[in-house]
Amino acid sequence: MRGQARSLLADMPRLAVLGLIGLVMLSPYIWMVSASLKPLDELFRATLNLVPQTFHGHVNYGRVFAEVPVVRYILNGIIVCAGILAFQLAFAIPAGYAIAKLRFRGRDTLFAFVMLGLLVPAHVPALPLYVAFAQIGILNTYAALIAPFVSSVFAVFMFRQFFRSIPDDLINAARVDGMTEASIVWRVVLPNAWPAATAFAIFSVVAHWNDLFWPLIVVNGHSVATPALGILYFRTEEAGDDFGALMAAAVIMTTPLVAAFLLAQRRFIEGITMTGLKG
Amino acid sequence: MASPALSLTQPRPSLIHSEAAAAWLLSAPAIIAFALMVMIPTLAAIVFAFTDYELGSRVIRFIGWANFVELFEDRGFVASIRNTAFFVAVVTPVSLIGGLLIAMLIEAGTRGRAFFRAVYFLPVVSLMVAMATAFQYMYHPTIGPVNALLRQIGVAGPSWLGSSDWVMISLSIVGVWEQIGFNMVLFLAGLTAIPREIYAAAEVDGVRSPWARFWMVTWPLLGPTTLFVLTITMIRSLRVFDIVATLTQGGPNKASEVLLYTMYTEGFTFFRLGYSAAITLVFLIIVLVLMLVQTRILDKRVHYG
Repeated sequence: MRGQARSLLADMPRLAVLGLIGLVMLSPYIWMVSASLKPLDELFRATLNLVPQTFHGHVNYGRVFAEVPVVRYILNGIIVCAGILAFQLAFAIPAGYAIAKLRFRGRDTLFAFVMLGLLVPAHVPALPLYVAFAQIGILNTYAALIAPFVSSVFAVFMFRQFFRSIPDDLINAARVDGMTEASIVWRVVLPNAWPAATAFAIFSVVAHWNDLFWPLIVVNGHSVATPALGILYFRTEEAGDDFGALMAAAVIMTTPLVAAFLLAQRRFIEGITMTGLKG
Repeated sequence: MASPALSLTQPRPSLIHSEAAAAWLLSAPAIIAFALMVMIPTLAAIVFAFTDYELGSRVIRFIGWANFVELFEDRGFVASIRNTAFFVAVVTPVSLIGGLLIAMLIEAGTRGRAFFRAVYFLPVVSLMVAMATAFQYMYHPTIGPVNALLRQIGVAGPSWLGSSDWVMISLSIVGVWEQIGFNMVLFLAGLTAIPREIYAAAEVDGVRSPWARFWMVTWPLLGPTTLFVLTITMIRSLRVFDIVATLTQGGPNKASEVLLYTMYTEGFTFFRLGYSAAITLVFLIIVLVLMLVQTRILDKRVHYG
């Protein structure tokens, strides 16, 4: 039934349907790349040729690099994502360990707060955070982009679930050896947490690299703009109706994460779906 | 829970106190950050919703439910609710059924599994703003490939993003494109979790046609997965923002205003923070109701697998 031994011929209809829908799924990428290589007059003729008659790619990509700080945007994206992830892991791993493995009064209350926190979408605290950040004058800084996300209840929840499967005896043995709880976290628990940490890292980076809502609120100008904002700026300030250059910008900003995905597909899919709860 | 018998070294009572201290110390950074960045601002947003707070205003007055009354008299907001509902109502079933069909097609054979999985999953990891600009080009009424293709077969394509009749349909297509791969992967996980023996047993019991096999085995066993996909897709669709902000900014003539985009413009363009907070609260309540319904159904139903 699952067709291990099925001949290629019998498998053809299935492959054809999958291929056809797949082509539709890929068409935005195909047209984006194609348009990024064409000169404007060719785009305006609106032919269905994918291959450009006159190769204009160097001009389109050149325009993007010349007119907007592309490297800056990508660097900002990396700084913001790395900053968020570092805090999330540093805060969530010890907390997840405490809730999973330590006995103390208030543990259940703490876990109830984690579950409650899972219900609140990041858009809800946005308004008061904006007001507060404006008051203390940190709008348009990396801090403003990173701070709202440093404490991920989702990460706490995930690490708590994961750490529960670590045998108590391993931890008790470390205690007998005289290790403090803090060193148990970093030296005993963390080395066992890599699968969960990797999955969460992929989820977090994808979410924040692609986020538009919060950067749009707190960023003004190019200095700390993320790739998502960079594209919007390029469109309004420079490209206008020059779709060739606009598509070139879109290709440039999409490439880093898509390339990472193609290199580590299985990990990406596992990471994002394992952590998919939070959407 | 670990059974006490398993812990070879029960901590002595004197250690329990220090264990509590360590626990609070270890959780302190997460607790403080959560309080500052999530809990207090969320409570503040709820308070804002009952005030006439505008950015820069000196006096803030509590005005009770006035913001909510205004919301439901505001044609823009009513349009926003209607458009969001349309988007959710189209994207959820199409990307759920589509995701399931693709997952079953992939699962039905061994060839090309990893390849197709990657193809369909690609939109999930793609920068949505960039892909939205690609759709802007595809949808362009004169130079876009979609209408160029339609012209080839003699159909005059609409102004996909410029016409108020078409704009929500066009955005919903992008929404399906964005979410279908994610749903497919969730269904793939659900399908592989169904033990093959059950299919074999069903075949012995006379369930032979693929159609009967689907309705009698696959569909009931996928129940919990389907419910999860349903809730998560509804919530993700409810949050539609990037594609509206990139493609239409709520236009033409508010025909593509959606909940979070209206909240964004009221709050961060017009700085009517109280009013915007009221929209946020409506959004939060819808999300909470969806989650509550999901857990209720899950509690009532038998757990399969």
